[in-house]
Amino acid sequence: MERDEKEVLGGKRRFIEIRCRVLRLIRAFFESEGFLEVQTPLLTAAPAPEVHISPIPAGPSLFLSTSPELHMKRLLAAGFEKIFQITRAFRAGEHGRFHHPEFTILEWYRSGADYKDLQRDCQKLVRFTCRAVSQDAGLCFRGSRLDFEGQWERLSVRGAFKKFVGWDPGPHPDEDRFDLDMSLQVQKNLGFPTPCILEDYPTSLAALARIKPGDPEVAERFELFWAGIEIANGFSELTDPREQRMRFRQAIESKKRTHGIDYPMPEAFLASLENLGPCAGIAFGVDRFVMLLSDAESIEDVVAFGPQTA
Amino acid sequence: MAAILTAGELRKGVKLEIDGEPYLITDFEFTKPGKGQALYRCRLKNMITGIQFDRTYRSGDKFTSADLEEQEMQYLYSDGHSYHFMNMSSYEQIEMSSEAVGDASNFLSENLLVNVLLFQGRPIGLSVPNFVELQIVSSAPGIKGDTASGATKPATLSTGHVIQVPLFVEEGETVRIDTRTGQYVERVKG
Repeated sequence: MERDEKEVLGGKRRFIEIRCRVLRLIRAFFESEGFLEVQTPLLTAAPAPEVHISPIPAGPSLFLSTSPELHMKRLLAAGFEKIFQITRAFRAGEHGRFHHPEFTILEWYRSGADYKDLQRDCQKLVRFTCRAVSQDAGLCFRGSRLDFEGQWERLSVRGAFKKFVGWDPGPHPDEDRFDLDMSLQVQKNLGFPTPCILEDYPTSLAALARIKPGDPEVAERFELFWAGIEIANGFSELTDPREQRMRFRQAIESKKRTHGIDYPMPEAFLASLENLGPCAGIAFGVDRFVMLLSDAESIEDVVAFGPQTA
Repeated sequence: MAAILTAGELRKGVKLEIDGEPYLITDFEFTKPGKGQALYRCRLKNMITGIQFDRTYRSGDKFTSADLEEQEMQYLYSDGHSYHFMNMSSYEQIEMSSEAVGDASNFLSENLLVNVLLFQGRPIGLSVPNFVELQIVSSAPGIKGDTASGATKPATLSTGHVIQVPLFVEEGETVRIDTRTGQYVERVKG
């Protein structure tokens, strides 16, 4: 039997309140760190071409933004040094316990920084937020204790694969095999009880990240996991316009082959790369973070209206 | 009729045809690592044998929905090996093995209307109404004066199935049963 809307939304009050606190704390954190909050378009003619992300069309030659990344980097290139935003992102066909086609994303960028700086930011942000939200009892997610004060776990992707699935992905692993093992075997072990930083991805799996100086087999990309859930993905940004154009072209061609859609090359973004110095940026899933802090069963719990009721 | 489905249309409750047999998705999980590809993890239950297993699919995989149909039929009789039903609109009779009938046989009485599930026209299961009325064919007499609430005794139904009934229910009486729980509901005045 369908429960009526008043009852459903009333049952979500606790989650909605925690979401509100988390959003305020994130803003307070970045303000205290000297970041500028920015807003970038949700409607764009040229979303970032990515093989496994499908934009939702929003009329002729327009798409809903899949991430604020390209606009954020254009701001960086124009001289804005430390920026963040909390916004909505839209990705077609993503619907599950941890996915909604419309979700809330936090992104922040630092010029003159690399992925290690972002890892420190993550640690400070998560501790700052969790201290304020958790009661004396501490935090627990689906029966697992969450420890944000302890020393965070740190693993290289190669180390994690050797440890949990017994093979070394190297610089160019078979992508199907990598994704399957990552999703079904590796990820569920990461981040108990402290968050885990999984870093240094095979170069072929970090299309927008810089190659690690001194280790050409890996790129400076990391992901943050907690209680087996992927929370954030960041990297030292690739700033070479020629390399970037080549990778975009590959993604555009792949999309044309598999989906029959011809996405435009993000020319304004590529032009801005000429002015972009070393920098680092990260996307952080706000809904999933709220899920962890509220011990939610599903992403559906932590939004007032999900895809079925929107 | 069977239709072609994409991985994006997989959900809990969707019925697929795999290797010529109908499967029900009893558990479903969408996963997608960082910048990687989407995976669709399904727990599948064979709707004929009941055997369950897990399968992981990718975007781009295509599926055929199971060609299933429900028809209202009347239960006629059992010959000891199989059960016989009649389609109420075509008057066509069908036969079903006791494996396919399963636990529903506990509640089948002559002329009962049931829903028979057909896969490609072949009966593979049936569902009985939520409530049925059946006669008690044997039960020990209740002990006079024992009014302790909730006290029950075993009673054999006309189908041979044994249920627990309150002490005051007697042999020859008809009772209403909830087929979802298998429990006694009330006495039916004859």
